[in-house]
Amino acid sequence: MSSGDPAQHQRRVDRAGIVIAALLAALAAVLVWDARGLSSGAMYGMGPEAMPVVIACGLALLAIGNFIDALRGNLPARESTDPVPVVLILIGLALLIGIIGFGGGFILATSALFVTTSAAFGRRAILVDSIIALVMSTLIYLAFDRLLTLSLPAGPLERLL
Amino acid sequence: MDTFAALAHGMAVAVQPMNLLYALIGVFLGTAVGVLPGIGPALTVALLLPVTYKLDPGGSLIMFAGIYYGGMYGGSTTAILINTPGESASMATALEGNKMAKAGRGGPALATSAIGSFVAGTIATIGLAFLAPWLVDFAVRFGPEDYFALMCVAFVTVSATFGDSPIRGLTSLFIGLTLGLVGIDKLTGQARLAFGVPELLDGVEVTTLAVGLFAVGEALYVASRRHHTEEKLEPVRGSLWMTKEDWKRSWKPWLRGTMFGFPIGALPAGGAEIPTFLSYSTEKRLTKHPEEFGKGAIEGVAGPEAANNASAAGTLVPLLTLGLPTSATAAMMLAGFQQYGLNPGPLLFAERPDLVWGLIASLFIANMMLLVLNLPLVGLWVRLLAIPQPWLYAGILVFATMGTIAAKPSVVELSMLAGFGVLGFLMRRFDFPIAPVVVGLILGPIAESQLRRALAISLGDPMTLLQSPISATLLAVALIALLAPFVLKGLGRFKANED
Repeated sequence: MSSGDPAQHQRRVDRAGIVIAALLAALAAVLVWDARGLSSGAMYGMGPEAMPVVIACGLALLAIGNFIDALRGNLPARESTDPVPVVLILIGLALLIGIIGFGGGFILATSALFVTTSAAFGRRAILVDSIIALVMSTLIYLAFDRLLTLSLPAGPLERLL
Repeated sequence: MDTFAALAHGMAVAVQPMNLLYALIGVFLGTAVGVLPGIGPALTVALLLPVTYKLDPGGSLIMFAGIYYGGMYGGSTTAILINTPGESASMATALEGNKMAKAGRGGPALATSAIGSFVAGTIATIGLAFLAPWLVDFAVRFGPEDYFALMCVAFVTVSATFGDSPIRGLTSLFIGLTLGLVGIDKLTGQARLAFGVPELLDGVEVTTLAVGLFAVGEALYVASRRHHTEEKLEPVRGSLWMTKEDWKRSWKPWLRGTMFGFPIGALPAGGAEIPTFLSYSTEKRLTKHPEEFGKGAIEGVAGPEAANNASAAGTLVPLLTLGLPTSATAAMMLAGFQQYGLNPGPLLFAERPDLVWGLIASLFIANMMLLVLNLPLVGLWVRLLAIPQPWLYAGILVFATMGTIAAKPSVVELSMLAGFGVLGFLMRRFDFPIAPVVVGLILGPIAESQLRRALAISLGDPMTLLQSPISATLLAVALIALLAPFVLKGLGRFKANED
């Protein structure tokens, strides 16, 4: 975000901190909005809507606290980050969810995650990694399915086994 | 005398061949997973939860005892051999232990940490066995308002008192409390924060949250800053055994570390960081070899490792007697109990003594197994450490998602896992502590139901919280602990200087 910024160590407004404070305030608003739809069932004491409101108040106070910290630049120094590997892993997770969701099965889904994560950590041997991933996830599938009798989602590959 | 009888009964449960096998598997798996860099004991327990799904409660809790201690042992091996502590409690160990490994004394460093963990774990488990019945006697008198007040203490100490910034710690806690609201309200059957998604009606699964925050978040974080660090594995050279001199320099730090670790762990104060650093600075002050500190002093490994293990056993005291998890690892243990519908607390001691005392006895056995197994097997653990980083983290993510896929193979649940992973990544990046989120998710709903029960009994009068002396005292403690860090800002500065 503020990578390579020479002014990073000076005390100045931290934009990321402002965003965090805004998100907390938004979360508090969602809690109150959701709690309005609840009816209090209890005759005495607290209904289900009380706790969300209490937590929302806490979140609102913390949003203010985080906002002040951000204005003062009180957030700890951050190291520069490389967004590419993060995006790669997230693509891997999205592939996993998509493959499971469309019935592609456990083996294909986890293999996709394995290969993208490995690539995110700098491996470029996609073919070798794919073979490793397929063998490993097949073994895991067999171990779970046959030994622990836990059912993992089955797709075209699993039905061949 | 009751304790001896109960413990003897527990031993009889624990030494049944099947249970011994479960303990052995637990110790082995716990060490194997815990030794992987970046994986602390909490994540070890979270990752291995699915393995125990199909076991009976007794067997699985015994396996848990093994996983718990095995994960701790694995973590210190990593700290010594590659200087990447999986958790802040291993930082002191990494400080001196890694220097010892660099100087070719990795063997004695591993040995003093293993034997010290054994000594500390055994003494602390004895402490647990004697303290628990006494606390249970006390806790049966707790009313719902007292439980609520106790949880307030835990909330504050876990999130605010010992972190770097109370505001960031409390922010983490409130994120956890918010997640705890999701799902059907047990008293009125109304859905909160479900937004019409049927999968959310059951609430947020603790394991999904923990695995997302710890495993996926950690993988994303390490990947994002891969260009910063270069890990170097120190080979174990020379003898594994400690010399006479090493023994002489180790035994007192072991005992002192235990004295720091157990009481601080047993208080609902959360975290093994404080006792390990107290132990480290004490040993530094008392040693006859001050010149070695910072360059690989064996006392600096022996003391903190003992403190770490003793405090881990200490956190089991509030967990088993009050149902109060005060660390992320204890929170995962509680999740393990809950998957069988068991709620730790005074009632569990009365209703299922075989289970509780079998677990306590298994802690002794797991400790013994670690000592006998792990030094000879150190070569195997070193080989695990040598797995290249891309495969290591790819494998971790596959195992992490596998647990969720096995439990609930739905798109919503997996998306939540990924979402919590992103949350964990951002929290690491912006330096928010993770453990309060998990503790908030677990304790939040319990605290709410206790409070509502207390208010229903008192016909809605909130003064009931102050009329019970126990509750009033605990609430005062919570308030002081909450305000102390804000008042004593100077203390924070002092702490920063000492690092």
